[in-house]
Amino acid sequence: MKAKARVDVAAIVLPLVGIVVIVGIWALSSATWSKNLPSPFKTWQVSKPFVVAPFEKRGELDQGIARFAWYSLWLVAKGYTLALLIGTPLGFLLGRSKLFAKGLDPIIQILRPVSPLAWLPLGLVLFEKSQPAALFTIAICAMWPTVLNTALGVRSIPQDYLNVAKVLQLSPAKTFFKVLLPATLPYMFTGYRLSLGIAWLVIVAVEMLTGSPGVGGFLWQEYNSLIYEHIILCILTIGVVGFVLDRLMSVVERRLRAA
Amino acid sequence: MAFLEIKKVAKGFGGKRDRAEILADINLEVAKGEFVAIVGYSGAGKSTLVNMIAGLSAPDSGTITVDGKPVTGPGSDRGMVFQNYSLLPWLTAFDNVYLAVDQTFSSWPVEKKREHTNKYLAMVNLGQAHHKKPAELSGGMRQRVAVARALAMESEILLMDEPLGALDALTRATIQDEIARIWAETHKTIVLITNDVDEGILLADRIIPLSVGPAATLGPAVTVTVPRPRDRKAMNHDAGFKAVRNQVIEYLLGPGKRRPQPGPSSPTTVPSPVAKGVPAGASSASPPSVGSGGGATSPEVAAAPREVAA
Repeated sequence: MKAKARVDVAAIVLPLVGIVVIVGIWALSSATWSKNLPSPFKTWQVSKPFVVAPFEKRGELDQGIARFAWYSLWLVAKGYTLALLIGTPLGFLLGRSKLFAKGLDPIIQILRPVSPLAWLPLGLVLFEKSQPAALFTIAICAMWPTVLNTALGVRSIPQDYLNVAKVLQLSPAKTFFKVLLPATLPYMFTGYRLSLGIAWLVIVAVEMLTGSPGVGGFLWQEYNSLIYEHIILCILTIGVVGFVLDRLMSVVERRLRAA
Repeated sequence: MAFLEIKKVAKGFGGKRDRAEILADINLEVAKGEFVAIVGYSGAGKSTLVNMIAGLSAPDSGTITVDGKPVTGPGSDRGMVFQNYSLLPWLTAFDNVYLAVDQTFSSWPVEKKREHTNKYLAMVNLGQAHHKKPAELSGGMRQRVAVARALAMESEILLMDEPLGALDALTRATIQDEIARIWAETHKTIVLITNDVDEGILLADRIIPLSVGPAATLGPAVTVTVPRPRDRKAMNHDAGFKAVRNQVIEYLLGPGKRRPQPGPSSPTTVPSPVAKGVPAGASSASPPSVGSGGGATSPEVAAAPREVAA
């Protein structure tokens, strides 16, 4: 009992200590060597209207922070869905067919590390509009973990299960839905979780470059308007939303592993 | 022509340079309704043989025919119980069996398929565990589900690849009795692969020893004359039982242990666990066990193979 209580106290106190230290360094920096960096207190003062009324819409460029986050999330949701729709079947093909894997693997290894900043101009060239270009960029950057993890999952299916499918003479559809898919599901969701993280990273860059409304767009606009407090507000918002998304996905993932 | 016929079958693995012959010159005829046990060393190629009969892999040479038709792949005429149960862990016991029923009897109405599934789950005494997932079942229960799944396909031939190898002795004995009972009820053609001589004698009409690999081949068949139903306790004192056991063991430790190809190892040495060029799974040869099938076994019988090997 005593040991458990101590652990709980540590779990609350230690993160608080960490936050205090970071905010301290921040306050010290803004007071000493970086005069442009707003102090924590000033950041809070200037950001307050955006935080206390998070859903308010006062104007196109003056909206609550949750509203901006919502725009970003919506765009991410669309791009992410596209990434899963392309990435999952691609992963299955890679995992099932050696020919396919040999043909595509080098291309995947080359395309995977390309930055979203490099993809976006290509998207604009291809689709000529910022919205589809944004979706294209999110999808093509975020799909790789899904592709690779799905392929790994398919390759890791025990031969026994495949033999069972053969001896029971399951139809291709049944083999897929009763054997391949359930055996791959935990790997797929690991890929889905990593893909979501990347999609959320990409959105900020995409919004900055296309100027679309959202946390990233707001960040860039406030930088240009010299309101540096809002940059920090945006960074914190992006971090919190990303953290929550990751937590949600890992809950789903753990459920699948337990099943 | 026999119902199941294997003629001059050979199988090896690997490329041209590191090729390893697993099975050579395998000939076997099994009559309809016969219960045959193939007993041999672990790693000798028993699973390779049964996989070929199941159609999961093709022989390099020779033919396997069922009812006159050559085996080219898996078919509904051959059901199989796998060595490690191979139940799908995301399906309940019922659904694992139902999957096979649904595929084999696809034209039946759902109610009939469910009834059929329940019938076979009852046949293997699965009790109230229908809706449990394999992870929640004991090893014996899992193997029962696997047997029910193979039986429910109502295929004419039932292949069993060391079905009880992973079970403790008591559970093993129980399921052996169940297999004997089910065979008596259904009179299916059964090919049982085992490394337990006593298990073979207890269940089968005929025992065929498989020599040690590489290039393992089948030895002379020994017909089990012990009348059915066979009582595992009485069998330890039964003269017919002892005679069969001696014949099988004499082959396995005598001619069946000698490697067919010339090599530096003398015929009497214990097979080296790392045979050159043989795939990892097929390399470690350990002698078949005696005694676990017979319940209370007399010490001199249980010790017999160890004395010879030492």
